[in-house]
Amino acid sequence: MYRKFLGVAVVAGIAFAGSAAEARDQIRIVGSSTVYPFATVVAEQFGKTTQFKTPVIESTGSGGGLKLFCAGVGVEHPDITNASRRIKKSEVEKCAKNGVTDVTEIKIGYDGIVMANAKSAPQMKITKQQIFLALAKNIPDGKGGLKENDNMKWSDVDPSLPNKKIEVLGPPPTSGTRDAFAELALEGGCKTFDFIKAMKKSDKKKYKAVCHGIREDGAYVEAGENDVLIIRKLEANADAFGVFGFSFLDQNADKVQGSVIGGVAPEFDSIADGSYPVSRPLFFYVKGAHVGKVPGIKEYVAAFTAEKTFGPDGTLSDKGLIPMPDAERKKFQKDGEMMANNISM
Amino acid sequence: MTDAVMTEMQSSNQTRRERAANASEAVRRGLKKRYAAEARFRAYGIGAVGIALACIVVLFTTIISSGLPAFTETTITLNVELKQEDIDPEGTRDASTLINANYRKLVFDTLRAEFPDVTKRRDKRALTAILSSGAAYQVQQAVVEDPSLIGQTVTFELPVSADFDLYEKGVINKKTAEADRRVSDQQMAWFDTLEERGLIETGFNTTFFTHADSREPELAGILGATMGSLFTMLVTLALSFPIGVCAAVYLEEFAPKNRLTQIIEVNINNLAAVPSIVFGLLGLAVFINFFGLPRSAPLVGGMVLALMTLPTIIIASRAALKAVPPSIREAALGLGASRMQVVTHHVLPLAMPGILTGTIIGMAQALGETAPLLMIGMVAFIVDIPGGITDPATVLPVQVYLWADSPERAFVARTSAAIMILLTFLIFMNALAVVLRKKFERRW
Repeated sequence: MYRKFLGVAVVAGIAFAGSAAEARDQIRIVGSSTVYPFATVVAEQFGKTTQFKTPVIESTGSGGGLKLFCAGVGVEHPDITNASRRIKKSEVEKCAKNGVTDVTEIKIGYDGIVMANAKSAPQMKITKQQIFLALAKNIPDGKGGLKENDNMKWSDVDPSLPNKKIEVLGPPPTSGTRDAFAELALEGGCKTFDFIKAMKKSDKKKYKAVCHGIREDGAYVEAGENDVLIIRKLEANADAFGVFGFSFLDQNADKVQGSVIGGVAPEFDSIADGSYPVSRPLFFYVKGAHVGKVPGIKEYVAAFTAEKTFGPDGTLSDKGLIPMPDAERKKFQKDGEMMANNISM
Repeated sequence: MTDAVMTEMQSSNQTRRERAANASEAVRRGLKKRYAAEARFRAYGIGAVGIALACIVVLFTTIISSGLPAFTETTITLNVELKQEDIDPEGTRDASTLINANYRKLVFDTLRAEFPDVTKRRDKRALTAILSSGAAYQVQQAVVEDPSLIGQTVTFELPVSADFDLYEKGVINKKTAEADRRVSDQQMAWFDTLEERGLIETGFNTTFFTHADSREPELAGILGATMGSLFTMLVTLALSFPIGVCAAVYLEEFAPKNRLTQIIEVNINNLAAVPSIVFGLLGLAVFINFFGLPRSAPLVGGMVLALMTLPTIIIASRAALKAVPPSIREAALGLGASRMQVVTHHVLPLAMPGILTGTIIGMAQALGETAPLLMIGMVAFIVDIPGGITDPATVLPVQVYLWADSPERAFVARTSAAIMILLTFLIFMNALAVVLRKKFERRW
């Protein structure tokens, strides 16, 4: 009896293996966990309002998504990848090496990165330079050189800031949010020191290490990819600050408040018009070779780039996505329609 | 014996007696200390049990208290007039016409009719935000299923959007400043009016048990993940149980005891301690990349988890087989049974309760696993309820993870509710293991 059971299992296994390599009738999407909440909304609507199946969306992170995306052409590889940063040159090359040459880039809008604290504490007003001085690993020593960051309190950075211990909860290095925060907030503050700015030309590697290096002495706490968790921790600890995407601030405005950076508060309008300094574009990339092979890709892109989806009054703006200006939206609507290969670098 | 030896012995006897007296003195002195040490040791033990229990109580109370609101849902009762000219103006009753009709407008107009004085576009939008985006689909489904409804006025119980569901449950309330909450004062007033008119109802949340994942919390359900878990577990069981039991029987009953079997044994024990993510990587490399099996499928998930549970099952089965007394084997052999007959007729049935217990515990472990599934694409947003082992699917712990990471406030309760369901499954499986053991266990 046991032998028979085993036999059946083996036969069944072989039968499945044989049937697996057939064509796919469902779009497969991978990529950024930041774009995931937006892409899933579109996918769900798309599945309900068209005759196509609802796309399957995996949350793999921007880097992981592009790696899967660039692995090759064929139904076993994903059709679309979401990214919270632009595709890198090395990734374009990797794609090309594996035969993925026809790629359409669609920018979907902006996401602000906010620094926030509990509502019970006063709102912080800070500049990018102060953020850099509070969170960077190495800071200028005032004599033209660099020293290990020794600012323990916000008031050490600048007397106008509160006399509280520096404690910032943020995402780990694997996260796209962290990359963008380092690039926009830290580097933005870092550049304000002329000798570091000069370094960009003379020693680019060192410049990047100085401007993107976040301190590791406990003032910056890596709190994992889960932004909901960060918000809970902020609620419990009024002295701590958190770094996360604007959509989480938008949904939890009764619990946390965004810090004013460079005189601009993180609000829908200030991110949309570009005056809020820490915001980044979000993208997805479509594999041209799969259009026509997997049904619905063109229609999905059209649904994503429709005015009622990513426009100013669209469904995605309800979810916290900041829409692009009209001209930019038009451009990407057209690119999506033509499936233009627009990532040549 | 010489005298010298005798005297030596006597003297040594004497010193021994002296020593004994000294020792008992020492023991008496130390006794109090020893009792105190024992009392402390017990106190530590009780303390440890107490801490563990307190943790469990805290865990369960937080999960249950934050999860309970997810089991009720708020609905709004609307009498929607399904006019022929709005849905199917030409009267063709064609399926695609019925699907594509503008049901959104129908339900929105019905709600707006409740407040004829709301005329500004902005206010109208704010008003219809009360309705979930799933409301239109519910009407659509009803019409597609039964086109004879067209032309009638039908009463629907439609879901309200998650923010208003939270308002009804008191999570969003007037205490917070208007700018900081997602429901404005005006919207609250409208909602309260609807409630006064008796249109708002709170009932058991059936959506949660009949739907798969959704980005709208009020439309999200656990059924998709439950089915995914079920299919995955079926594959895991179908593979790991027969293979595990066969391996255990061979190693225990037939295999010669030599170097090779020793190495195999050590390796099986090591395998049981390998981190589960490693099995995920193996699954990605072998099952998906080499054999070309589909991503996100319970088939591959089940195969990966089967690899993970195999060592547990083999070790438990071998222990169960070892516990069957040799006299039973010898008696059967003595009566002329072949070795295979001894195993299948006598040893295996007697060892079965132990084997099943080990299998169920291994399966319960696999049920709670997420790490290996990340690699093979089962951490995904899947709206369709899987119908088989090759359909894309996700599993219960992954659903917990995905909801825990969603920005919408209403997912907090749903996360806890999903945890409760997962725990129910685990407790059920562990209870089954206990029952099997108690019922069929035999002692010799």
